[in-house]
Amino acid sequence: MNPFSFERAETIAGAVSAIAKNDRARFIAGGTNLLDLMKENVSRPARLIDITRLPLARIEETGDGGLRIGALVTNADTAYDERILQRYPLLSKAILAGASAQLRNMATTGGNLLQRTRCYYFYDTATPCNKRAPGSGCGAIGGFNRIHAILGTSDKCIATHPSDMCVALAALGATVRVTGPDGEHTLPFSGFHRLPGDTPELDTNLRPDELITAVDLPAKGFATHHAYLKIRDRQSYAFALVSVAAALELDGGHIREARLALGGVAHMPWRDTAAEAMLSGKPATVENFRAVAEAIVREAKGFGHNTFKIELAKRAVVRALEQATGMEQPS
Amino acid sequence: MSHSRNQAHEAPPAGPPSTQRITLQVNGTEKQLEVAPWTTLLDLLRETLGLTGTKKGCDHGQCGACTVLVNGKRINSCLTLAVMKDGAEVTTVEGLATGQTLHPLQEAFIEHDAFQCGYCTPGQICSAVGLLNEGKAKTVEDIRELMSGNLCRCGAYPNILAAIDQVRRAREGSGGP
Repeated sequence: MNPFSFERAETIAGAVSAIAKNDRARFIAGGTNLLDLMKENVSRPARLIDITRLPLARIEETGDGGLRIGALVTNADTAYDERILQRYPLLSKAILAGASAQLRNMATTGGNLLQRTRCYYFYDTATPCNKRAPGSGCGAIGGFNRIHAILGTSDKCIATHPSDMCVALAALGATVRVTGPDGEHTLPFSGFHRLPGDTPELDTNLRPDELITAVDLPAKGFATHHAYLKIRDRQSYAFALVSVAAALELDGGHIREARLALGGVAHMPWRDTAAEAMLSGKPATVENFRAVAEAIVREAKGFGHNTFKIELAKRAVVRALEQATGMEQPS
Repeated sequence: MSHSRNQAHEAPPAGPPSTQRITLQVNGTEKQLEVAPWTTLLDLLRETLGLTGTKKGCDHGQCGACTVLVNGKRINSCLTLAVMKDGAEVTTVEGLATGQTLHPLQEAFIEHDAFQCGYCTPGQICSAVGLLNEGKAKTVEDIRELMSGNLCRCGAYPNILAAIDQVRRAREGSGGP
């Protein structure tokens, strides 16, 4: 790790004001991703601002039937919270599918949203990477790219966002609350992360001087019909090759509303609302699930080692829908 | 700050490295310590306090050898800055026994021969203490899943599982925590 200076923020306003004073300063909370990146010399902040003492570690009712998860609530505390388990079991399952028990005890809500890609070239400072060193090139395109993206890629970057929790939050239609120099504002979850385009160094639309304070869950939690299916190289403690969060509202054998978010396939949790709409009012049949799966990957592009993900994503969508409708028991 | 947002430079902060004074309760004893901000809890335990039971395996949060309990919760000490834990209670493998009486998990690991080289064992045992505190594991399959953050390169997993499950069952039977 490079040497850095350190301060502890006592208030939200103090944290936002401290980050604005130094453009090489970073907030730190759980530290599970940032410290790892600092040990690899991928991240070299000059100053760390410890936000762990800010009053953002609570889960509260929002007043419109939803829940507000403070940015500092740990992944474990969110996943095992009784209200989350009852009303948003999809979120709980997605969180528990990720990382290890130790990491979930440390990692926070805000940090999960801001975690960086696990692309091996991003981590290896001896190789080019447009995300780590803009303009240096992409080692993954034409290189080893088994874990890389198949949707929404650019000729600059094919990295994926590694989160499980964010895939569930995307399906649930969460809202991100942010405080910056101009006060508090919100971002819809679909507008928080971004595609790489020509600026893959930017993972999100959060500005450098802004702090995530909470994630709001809407009232509708899809507690009855949902599934989180994660396909990975080993059964536990591995990132997703492909994951699918499926959330359904059923009316007898018909689908009233379907939400599908995919992880491991793009630079952000991937939702295709046009494809989801194909299921509205349709019978819950495998044939209809296959049609949606085809639509989701219609524009998918493989890069060699990861081309298998196109077929894998299709099958995972169908199986997640089978699980969410009760046709198949979750494995 | 001496520079504006547009005038950042790569040089480290000027002046001597600034250490910070922190207080930790380590295995029940209060320790007053001066730490550089980049000192991990793992390095502090091993290098400053001489508590070398906690092991450095991968140093990246992937192997679990560095697992300790902070305020009763299992965490990876390699991904924890000591300065951020000011005021915390830290329990390492050295703090589990009571006098000459081993912790039930330590006894069970011996009874089941739940190790070969032993390097991962302190992390396995501290992680298992955290697991039982959490109370989420109801089956052997649950233990397997919730211990996946602790790797054993010797492959002693079956005996590790048996040791932890024995203590879990004993606690369940006694109605204790």
